[in-house]
Amino acid sequence: MDDKEIKEIAAINKITFAQRMREYKRKPLSLVMFILVVLAAALSVLALVFLIVYILVMGVPNLTPDLFAWEYNSDNVSCMPAIINTVVITLLTLVIAVPFGIGAAIYLSEYAKRGNKLVKVIRTMAETLSGIPSIVYGLFGMLCFVTAFSWGYSILAGAFTLAIMVLPTIMRTTEEALIAVPDSYREGSFGLGAGKLRTVVKTVLPSAMPGILAGVILAIGRIVGETAALIYTAGSTTGLVDGVMDSGRTLAIHMYMLANEGLHTNQAWGTAVVLLVLVLGINTLSSFIAKKLSSKK
Amino acid sequence: MQGVFFLTAITSIAAVALICIFLFYNGVPAIAEIGFFDFVGGQQWAPTNQPPSYGIFCMIVGSIYVTAGAIIIGVPIGILTAVFLARFCPAPLYKIIKPATELLAGIPSIVYGFFGLMVVVPFIRDTFGGNGSSLLAASVVLGIMILPTIIGVSESAIRAVPEPYYEGSLALGATRERSVFRVMLPASKSGILAGVVLGIGRAIGETMAVILIAGNQVQIPTSLTEGVRTLTANIVLEMGYSTGLHRQALIATGVVLFVFILLITLSMQAIKSRSEKNG
Repeated sequence: MDDKEIKEIAAINKITFAQRMREYKRKPLSLVMFILVVLAAALSVLALVFLIVYILVMGVPNLTPDLFAWEYNSDNVSCMPAIINTVVITLLTLVIAVPFGIGAAIYLSEYAKRGNKLVKVIRTMAETLSGIPSIVYGLFGMLCFVTAFSWGYSILAGAFTLAIMVLPTIMRTTEEALIAVPDSYREGSFGLGAGKLRTVVKTVLPSAMPGILAGVILAIGRIVGETAALIYTAGSTTGLVDGVMDSGRTLAIHMYMLANEGLHTNQAWGTAVVLLVLVLGINTLSSFIAKKLSSKK
Repeated sequence: MQGVFFLTAITSIAAVALICIFLFYNGVPAIAEIGFFDFVGGQQWAPTNQPPSYGIFCMIVGSIYVTAGAIIIGVPIGILTAVFLARFCPAPLYKIIKPATELLAGIPSIVYGFFGLMVVVPFIRDTFGGNGSSLLAASVVLGIMILPTIIGVSESAIRAVPEPYYEGSLALGATRERSVFRVMLPASKSGILAGVVLGIGRAIGETMAVILIAGNQVQIPTSLTEGVRTLTANIVLEMGYSTGLHRQALIATGVVLFVFILLITLSMQAIKSRSEKNG
């Protein structure tokens, strides 16, 4: 069948507006269902638009220079230290989680034999990890890193907790990116005399890089927006962290504290804008990279 | 090198094992000390009383109520939106709506919570009375929060149904809508069920948004406008100042939550393996 033929068949299947109306008249329930479907979709989009616009409208006028002062005090409730803390904890988390996530993905897609029982267990465990709520991670981080390792409330304890949390995300996206690399690349590399490791590191990893990057950025989005896992691991001290063993609040925790105290509503709106724009920007960047990757193929 | 990659691969097994060990080691003795049935079935949560009582029944019911509310609101809207995206959406519109639902997934829970606190709670206070922080507020906000999960999973489940099913139904004279709802949806029900279960997992584990808007009273609510406290909220609210058995009881609350989540994950995997067998 060539394209023209397919188009003709599609034209037969396409009914006109008048025909559709006649059909709806005979079967009013179909019309009701159609309206419900459209309404639901409109409602979903409207919820998002309303949420974002409302926060922007309430928050943008509150983005004063005071909110970005270098020093936090109870007057300006600056979110600048919290932003810097967030960057620190994000970098620390990635340093811990990325090598493990990528290494695990390399094992699963390049080394493990098909039908290996252990692989199945690893996948199940990674899936289990991604289903655990962040508050349970927070509890675990508190019991393990803060108490048992006696690190106290610290950026390091927070970063380790978050690293376990984002591990399945990085693992899964990296594995998908590795699997998407055509086998001919590997065969070509083997054919030129490269060993297994050389093939993986020099050929497979570089071509999977955009996919891996998209996964890492997605993980950053989760880290920046996380609250429950950090509140009893990294703590909620105001001010800039002074080394990795120091406690400090990230932007999301700062936001929670402001909302909970209820004293600085204006500043809370401003902080909400910063957090929202940051996280949505990160996520958009991630899906942009992922889309660019898939359109190239 | 294979050994190194292998070691990194088993970190996820080690992580799950560590989480289980630390939670159960710290939580189970408290459950034993309080007594399992007094802990899970007790309706009195008064850790500072003399003598203290540690019953989390109200919180368990609270978590179930809030999750049920989120499901009632989120699932119908989510599935209908998925139907729209998969079958009825014109291509130009799809390019806008699909990223929008993905954006909804990226918004941090604390932002949802703050939005709920500043917008949904006052609205409920003014419209239905009470003080606004309520089961209803939590259900609405959580319902929106689980929308992207339900939409995403349901849409790909509907798209996975072979096209001839739809065409066959049309050829038999059914309308588009009838074809979708009577043929496509039943054929994709295990995928949609997986999405709903995933949504349940998200709703039951949600913490920060719920704390800000649910009111957090330890009670079994008798109406939608009454406050409610979930298992997650109980942990965060009191962990900061608790000591001794109180603290252990909070960790044990986490254990109960963890067991809930494990059950959900297990049923999720059961659904998946069943649909793989059938497909």
